[in-house]
Amino acid sequence: MTGWFLLLGRRRQEDTVFLLTILLFLTFSFVLHGFLTTGNIIALLRSVALLGILAVGMGIVVIGRGIDLSLVAILAISVAVFLNLLGQSYPIGIALLLALVGVIAVGALNGVLTAYAEMPAIFATLATGTFVYGLGRSQFLTQDVIYLPPGHDLFTAFGNARLASIPVEVVVFAFILVGAFLWLRFSKYGRYIYLIGDNLNAARNAGLPVRPVIVLQYVVSALLAFVAGLIMAAGIHSMNTRIVNSSLLYDVILVVVIGGIGLSGGKGGVRNLIVGTLLIGILLNGMTILDISDLYQNLIKATVLLAALIVDGVLNPRDEQTDQQGDI
Amino acid sequence: MPASKTALALATAGFLAAAPAFARNDPGPATYDAALKDKTVVLVPMSTGEDLAQGWAHYVGDAVKAAGGKFEVRDPNWNTEAGAQAITEAINSKPAVIIVQAPDLQSYSKLFRRAQEAGIYVIQVDNPTNYPTEAFVGSNWTKLGELEAQAVINGCGPNSSKEIGLIQGDQTNSSSLDQYTGIQNVLKDHPDFKIVAQPDSNWDASTARSVATTLIQQHPNVCGIIDYWDATAQGTAAAIRAAGKTGKITLATTGGGEQADCNLLDTGVIDALVATDVPNQSRDVITTIKFLMQSGIKPGTVKTWLYTPEHITTKADIKNGTCWNLKDFAKSK
Repeated sequence: MTGWFLLLGRRRQEDTVFLLTILLFLTFSFVLHGFLTTGNIIALLRSVALLGILAVGMGIVVIGRGIDLSLVAILAISVAVFLNLLGQSYPIGIALLLALVGVIAVGALNGVLTAYAEMPAIFATLATGTFVYGLGRSQFLTQDVIYLPPGHDLFTAFGNARLASIPVEVVVFAFILVGAFLWLRFSKYGRYIYLIGDNLNAARNAGLPVRPVIVLQYVVSALLAFVAGLIMAAGIHSMNTRIVNSSLLYDVILVVVIGGIGLSGGKGGVRNLIVGTLLIGILLNGMTILDISDLYQNLIKATVLLAALIVDGVLNPRDEQTDQQGDI
Repeated sequence: MPASKTALALATAGFLAAAPAFARNDPGPATYDAALKDKTVVLVPMSTGEDLAQGWAHYVGDAVKAAGGKFEVRDPNWNTEAGAQAITEAINSKPAVIIVQAPDLQSYSKLFRRAQEAGIYVIQVDNPTNYPTEAFVGSNWTKLGELEAQAVINGCGPNSSKEIGLIQGDQTNSSSLDQYTGIQNVLKDHPDFKIVAQPDSNWDASTARSVATTLIQQHPNVCGIIDYWDATAQGTAAAIRAAGKTGKITLATTGGGEQADCNLLDTGVIDALVATDVPNQSRDVITTIKFLMQSGIKPGTVKTWLYTPEHITTKADIKNGTCWNLKDFAKSK
């Protein structure tokens, strides 16, 4: 047992997960008929792309030692309100702009609550998520399911668009991955997020604009949620706000944690997100082909998450420094 | 026509002359008026955001108010705990009738008994439970499943691949389980049709799209898909559309029969709908309330089941009034 952990210990978690991903991919390729076909791989990527986009948003916040539990509420309500405005015959540009302003406001609110009011991110975003859902459902929406009104062919065409037979979700996801990589790796503010996530007080003492950067990271994650929601609505021509009660948020956290972005902040990057997204994508696709019921799928996903957390705990043990910083 | 006019006049005169003979003590109107006067009826659906609940609230609410009663709606927003709390609070405020759409077979059984012990009638709608009360009003979900299966078999036709896919809900809710039973019942009579895959959507449209995409990918010959709910059928339809199989795969589903459903049929997003007839279902609820309130029956002593008649609706069947429209409610207020 110790030997196994030692073997693991020489690797980073993402390498272990990547190995597991390849193993799973090979197993399914041999065992499952119809898994290793171009069509299925594209379908697999397509179905996991939305999760991936949300995971990029969550990942950026987690690197900055926060967490955003309002992601799915923002996704659902912003897009439902957008569709609702279209239903009231607002021009698409105005509707988009109004929704966008709302999304940025909520992201900024998350940031202000955590950075300036110094509320723990987990409570602040839980509260704003519930607030956004409650406000949207009670003030703007009369139903759970908001349908895209007819006549928005450009929007639906976007949902069905393909670039060299690759669906638009996957293309957007790829662009966001590249963008996030460049931003986190090479931009000043991207580097600041790592420094803040690693040690907030040291970053502040070094003179970094700690609070504005934290606000920025929540605005970015809110915007990514909006993008994911728009793509979702363009595909299924509706938005069901009940998605807020689904396990989507936990799936997003699953991808981030399994990919190896430590919840203690300051670590990880786009590579982890790709690995995490692929593993979950392959797992979900394989389980669907095997016709495993939702209850068992949740059990399997939960087991994988627990295993990832245990491995994370072993590979990234708490030391004096991280303990002092407190937990999210 | 003077002759008939004279006859009418004579008849009227005769009626008027005879009228005093009819001035008996008819207890009808007074009993009817007293039955719901200042009494309260509380509706606790699973969420006030669903079309069904909005339909009940409108039709039943209007009828209760017209009969002089008060009507309240509580919104548990899909939360079983919140629903239990709403029922508990309702019991404490001593209404005459509680109408409940239960989320599962078991959770509210004790509350139903408590309500009845407190002298409150309990009417269950839409989702049956293991604890029958004064009345259950709703769909026979097994029958719904049978109709969906029939619709898909009709859509596939005798010369098709005869491969059917199911997009199930969650395999724990009675509506999900009973639809499955119904589908199996029909397939027994059509042994050449077989179910090739039956993934869960967990009542989420984008999950439905993912699993339906995989289903079509794995079974390209599939000729019909049954999705257990119109909201998730949007996702299944998107998968069919993306695979370029619109018109080749028959998509059958159930729904509240609101205008949105007719739009889905009209635009070919879905091919067959087994709709819950909300206006008539609401009328069953209203009639039951009026009967119970006049009957003097002690709560907890009778059990009734009123199943709403269901049928398959396709694009060809749509005419004015096939679907009810939430927008009309706003206008009528």
